[in-house]
Amino acid sequence: MNNNLVFDFSVNKENKTITVKREFAAAVPLVWDAYTKSEILDQWWAPKPWKARTKTMDFREGGSWHYAMVGPAGEEHWSLTNYITIQNQKKLIGLDAFADADGNVNKDMPQSKWEITFTGQGETTLVQIYMIFDDLAQLEATIEMGFKEGLALAMEGLDELLPALKK
Amino acid sequence: MRRDVFQAIADPTRRGIISLIALQAMTPNAIAEHFDTTRQAISKHLRILTECRLVKQAYTGREIYYQLEITKMQEIDQWLDQYRKIWENRFNELDNVLLTIKNNTK
Repeated sequence: MNNNLVFDFSVNKENKTITVKREFAAAVPLVWDAYTKSEILDQWWAPKPWKARTKTMDFREGGSWHYAMVGPAGEEHWSLTNYITIQNQKKLIGLDAFADADGNVNKDMPQSKWEITFTGQGETTLVQIYMIFDDLAQLEATIEMGFKEGLALAMEGLDELLPALKK
Repeated sequence: MRRDVFQAIADPTRRGIISLIALQAMTPNAIAEHFDTTRQAISKHLRILTECRLVKQAYTGREIYYQLEITKMQEIDQWLDQYRKIWENRFNELDNVLLTIKNNTK
């Protein structure tokens, strides 16, 4: 991997925001597609060994992306992303919610707002993701969800766990 | 003896228990059904997880349910670091996908 690509993850606990910056070795149109086309998102959005599986995507302002994070044992966590603002190849604003397989939003779980900006730098693209949390509990719940996926990630060599689990 | 989160997740069975009850609260018997180990061993793991305050008990009638609890704000940085790793991993995956697409369209 190219280690010269920028990666920055900063947390502002006071303002309850997380900013992630990452540079990609491709021009804006391709990187934009990778964030907005379900067939490409399915290939990278889920942390290994989880897989993202799109059920529906309606990419327009007011539209949504309904997908599942599918775990190694077939377990499914459904999410619904609502697109609020789409500025082609520049900016994307949306709202993430936990949902069920039918696309019903789980109102007991926090929803999180985010903004993604794409900045072309010749052959590379800088992507900035800005996540906004209403309160600390929401940030905590999101991290907890991330923790679950991170856990799966930590178990990437699942061999360690599998013998302990019944077939 | 003070226990910490790292100790809690150091053991693969305990990690398995965490990922099980992350989805829903469960009784010790229901948890034990998922593992090839004794009910006693599961109870021991649950005790360690409880001591680490990663899980808490809730009583429903005579049944004890175990559920995940992450309220230790002093350890939030660890969770944030975990979250950071998720993004890092995700972006590395995207690097590969972009490279593949670029090569295929050449």
